[in-house]
Amino acid sequence: MASSDNAMITLSAVTKRFGAFTAVDAATFDIAAGEFFSLLGPSGCGKTTLLRMIGGFEQQTSGEILIDGEAMGTRPPNHRPTNMVFQSYAIFPHLDVAENIAYGLANRPVDKATVARKVDAALEMVRLSGLGKRRANQLSGGQRQRVALARAIVCEPKVLLLDEPLGALDKKLREEMQIELRQLQKSLGITFIFVTHDQEEALSLSDRIAVMARGKVLQIDSATALYERPNCREVAGFIGNMNFFEGRVVAVEGDQAVMEIGPDIRVRVPLTGQSVTAGGNAILAVRPEKIDAVVDRPAPSRNAIRATTRASSYLGDRSLILADWHQEAAPVSVSLQNRHAAAESPLAGGAAREIWLTWPVEAGVLLSD
Amino acid sequence: MSFLRRHTNLLSLFAVLYLLFLYVPVLLLPLFSFNDNIYVTLPLKGFTLKWYESLAGNSALLNALWASVKVGIGVSIISTVLGLMAARAMTRYRFPGRRSIYALILLPLVIPYMVIGVSTLVILRRLLDVELSLLTVGASHVLITVPLSMLVLMARMEGFDRSLEEASRDLGDTAWRSFRRVTLPLVMPGIVSSFLLCFITSFDEYLLAFFLAGSDSTLPIFIFSTLRFPNKIPDVLALGSLILMISIVLVVLAEWLRRRGISGSDSSVL
Ligand SMILES: Nc1ncnc2c1ncn2[C@@H]1O[C@H](COP(=O)(O)OP(=O)(O)OP(=O)(O)O)[C@@H](O)[C@H]1O
Ligand SMILES: [Mg+2]
Repeated sequence: MASSDNAMITLSAVTKRFGAFTAVDAATFDIAAGEFFSLLGPSGCGKTTLLRMIGGFEQQTSGEILIDGEAMGTRPPNHRPTNMVFQSYAIFPHLDVAENIAYGLANRPVDKATVARKVDAALEMVRLSGLGKRRANQLSGGQRQRVALARAIVCEPKVLLLDEPLGALDKKLREEMQIELRQLQKSLGITFIFVTHDQEEALSLSDRIAVMARGKVLQIDSATALYERPNCREVAGFIGNMNFFEGRVVAVEGDQAVMEIGPDIRVRVPLTGQSVTAGGNAILAVRPEKIDAVVDRPAPSRNAIRATTRASSYLGDRSLILADWHQEAAPVSVSLQNRHAAAESPLAGGAAREIWLTWPVEAGVLLSD
Repeated sequence: MSFLRRHTNLLSLFAVLYLLFLYVPVLLLPLFSFNDNIYVTLPLKGFTLKWYESLAGNSALLNALWASVKVGIGVSIISTVLGLMAARAMTRYRFPGRRSIYALILLPLVIPYMVIGVSTLVILRRLLDVELSLLTVGASHVLITVPLSMLVLMARMEGFDRSLEEASRDLGDTAWRSFRRVTLPLVMPGIVSSFLLCFITSFDEYLLAFFLAGSDSTLPIFIFSTLRFPNKIPDVLALGSLILMISIVLVVLAEWLRRRGISGSDSSVL
């Protein structure tokens, strides 16, 4: 999606060190104009640090950040075409809501009437009309969040930076705000860079997501690509649930590889650009919901392994089964849709049974070791 | 239960005695200032305003009062400005030697005034040959009040979210504008406290003033020197009562301002 000619933001080898510790390691990627881009990763992986470097609150140790074609260098935040929605919202407590929203406009050559008009429009946009005279301590969490958003948006930034803006809200409000945020971003066409450690949030909101760990950007892709074609074990494990089978590539046949994942247990894996050679170690990853558990031996066109059910739990819409297939390997988890009444399931009863675990070849992902 | 109640009674008794012990001497001051007797003794003889009249004519005393007010105001302005800068450096920046500088600024709090007084006197007179005056008194008072001011302001600055300042930079403020539009209003209650604390500390400081005033005189010095003459004491009582009243008004005013500040600001800022 992002290409260098319509890139709003270009990061080249952006690195931040705190002493000997590297918080962000050579981040290099583009973000397209109008894109909803998320930075996703576990706590401490450097998301906030990267966002703060783009906003000008931290100075990168090396590398360069371009916004709309201009190198930012050491420019302070007030000279960057970005605005930030802080995690704590940072609503000025000595000002009321309208004054908060008008704060940034005071630094621009606009007359009072225009300011009042813009503030009213912004209040309406975030559905806070009539609350202009309230103070920060008279607002709910969701309302504060909207004030912070409106305050940033009236400045008409080219890029809006959001650091876990929904982190402090309860689940229901969070879901509402997610929808509002997405609509707002679409209607304004502003580039959003959104930091979160909640994978569902990132998957449902973003055009593209950068998955980070230990200061490194591991993969940048759309939600479906990240889920279906993770490029490494870490991304695969971080997003959703995943079964990993460690093994060895024994043959490459066209666009498929044959892997041996246990003694005489061979399965096929599609190749999507990975460079593999026969004899090398590799990891096969398969999502629990792509695996089926059946009693009779499946057709040879599908991958299949023999296993014994160890435990199963009934979750209403689906059942989770844990099955042992190999003494030394971790058990495989399987998620089955409960399309039939529980009693009719081949696995009813819960006692340990011999079954076949089977999945279509395309469901597997080959990861390098 | 009864055990608890008995102890509660004892506790209230203790509290009452304690408060009496603290405030009776202070309250006796205005009482005797209206008493028609040159000696401060009971029983009271009758109501009079003549001590206040004689106070109005006591130019030496009024000069000393004015000197103390001048020094106090100057000291509290200078110390609060210095304290503000120090507190900001301590709470917002990491720099080499930060801890040692912090300790050095606080040091005058634990050095006996006598030591500060003597050593300052030696430096000023022997080494620098500076004339002693209210200025030298003020300088020494700045030394002892900067740590107070810094502590009060640090407490205030640590209490509010750093991202507020970042947000103002983000919304287009220069560093100075951000300080003026966000930091200063939020720190204002601390500035008022610092100002009052520095003023009071300077206003009734005796020892340093005694060492460093030279031929000038501040109010505490003047009062001590008049204690030898019983007929001057009622003037001092009258003045003391006036100062007491002004202090009460100031404290109430400051508290009222502080509360107004609270109602208009985020509770988390406190
Ligand atoms: N000023 C600093 N000095 C030293 N280390 C820092 C500083 N700021 C951040 N770090 C370190 O850099 C790493 C990345 O921090 P960052 O705040 O970017 O993480 P994050 O991904 O936003 O995590 P979270 O999800 O918890 O907010 C952390 O290990 C943190 O301890
Ligand atoms: Mg963070």
